[in-house]
Amino acid sequence: MADQQVDARGLSCPMPIVKTAQAVKAMASGQTVEVLATDAGAVKDFAAWAKTTGNEMVEQTVDGGVYRFVMRKK
Amino acid sequence: MDETINFVVFSGTDDKLQALAVMTAGAAALEKKVNIFLQYWGLRAFTKASIDADHGLAAEAGESGRAAVDALARAGQASWADTLRMAKELGQVDIEACSLSMDLLALEESDLDPLVDGVEGVTAFYLNAGDAQIVFI
Repeated sequence: MADQQVDARGLSCPMPIVKTAQAVKAMASGQTVEVLATDAGAVKDFAAWAKTTGNEMVEQTVDGGVYRFVMRKK
Repeated sequence: MDETINFVVFSGTDDKLQALAVMTAGAAALEKKVNIFLQYWGLRAFTKASIDADHGLAAEAGESGRAAVDALARAGQASWADTLRMAKELGQVDIEACSLSMDLLALEESDLDPLVDGVEGVTAFYLNAGDAQIVFI
């Protein structure tokens, strides 16, 4: 179970990333956040966000048009 | 590499301001610093009297563009002003009014929405922009 949840289903770009960044900002190093998103750009956006900010993508799955990401704060 | 992004905002229509807000919020999430310099009709949209008003769309939007923008808003898309507020909470976003445009529009600093951090001239804008890219909207 991740430490934080962000439900960004139905939100358009850039809100899934913005809401995730807000959550991660309040987390401690090593904690994880689970994000659900339906925005079509989410896969590339979350990969780019993890690469740029140094936070780690731990899991990435897709189920019925819903993308699920688990990320660990650096 | 300088991770700052500078936006010069000349246009004051809601679609261009939405694009600005999306680009700014994305940059803030990536921990890039953003400087926004408001000129002309872009500045006018950031006045207390105008910020919540309908600012129309760019001419190329047409009727179908208007319908598409309205549909996204009905689906719950945050307004450009709310998106910029979120971006400012999240990262380093500095919004400055162009002093010449303040004169042009006969505005006082007290006329501006709290999203605007201050008033500066073009020289201060360039100084803060440094060697980073400048995008004109």
